[in-house]
Amino acid sequence: MSTDRALIIGDVEFTNRLFTGTGKFANNADIAPMLEASGSQMITVALRRIDMAAGAENILEFIPENVTLLPNTSGARKAEEAVRIARVAREAGCGDFIKIEVITDAKYLMPDNFETLRATEMLAKEGFIVLPYILPDLTMVRRFENAGAAAIMPLGSPIGSNRGLETKALLAMLIENSRLPVIVDAGIGAPSQAAEAMEMGADAVLVNTAIATATDPVIMGEAFDMAVRAGRMAFLAETAGISNIARASSPLTGFLEEV
Amino acid sequence: MQIHINGKAEESVAETIAELISERKLATKSLVVEHNRTIVKQARWAEVQLHDGDKIELLSFVGGG
Repeated sequence: MSTDRALIIGDVEFTNRLFTGTGKFANNADIAPMLEASGSQMITVALRRIDMAAGAENILEFIPENVTLLPNTSGARKAEEAVRIARVAREAGCGDFIKIEVITDAKYLMPDNFETLRATEMLAKEGFIVLPYILPDLTMVRRFENAGAAAIMPLGSPIGSNRGLETKALLAMLIENSRLPVIVDAGIGAPSQAAEAMEMGADAVLVNTAIATATDPVIMGEAFDMAVRAGRMAFLAETAGISNIARASSPLTGFLEEV
Repeated sequence: MQIHINGKAEESVAETIAELISERKLATKSLVVEHNRTIVKQARWAEVQLHDGDKIELLSFVGGG
């Protein structure tokens, strides 16, 4: 049996390193069984103006109490808007965690690291546990550390694209050098890609689209859990090095020879 | 009286936030209300008076990643 320390973010211990999201489920009733099957202990939600005709949807009704809520600031285009959303989420009883998402690029949904940093500074001062969604840039990570972020959430590839770890080389720099936990967020489309991030030494991954839009989100949640745990175990066990030429697995001496 | 609800000018006779919410027949569970940029907790909806030109945001939590 392997033993692993818990991942601590803010004041909360996570023994499961798969974080999930509530977006895009065809049936929100799948969220609770997905959380059960995956063991995920933190899940994202978003805040929106209600549709006056349809009334208020309440995603919180579908999330068990023991799961930590991670409200995001999606829709924010400037730091001040992210701060406003964060305050509303906290006032509404969502706790102190906040995932900062500040995006102006509509095509690739690339985060604005500059505005995200400003929002991080402001919200950390207000006592939030701030998890900024960022482009993986090591120089910016130093600034996020100084700004009081609790973890960083660099993207693997564009949100919802399922393209996997296209930023792999940059992620490796962050994992090697960040003083904050690294949670690879966005673009992870298959359990193998989640395992890849964890093998590299990521502290956790956040997966929404790949689980929510699977034909069976509950089984996919379980598959991601297994992949994240396998990748984490492989990281802790330290994977063997790579070689360009063959290295025999069987002894090269003592062959039986033809008489 | 004209108030702005979620960015749209609307006519209302409601004198308080609580009256506005019942006037619009909105489900109150998990509804988040901002009144002129200040969040008003549900317990205070009946106390907060509305005035002409007030800005009301009615928000709720939805699925998101």
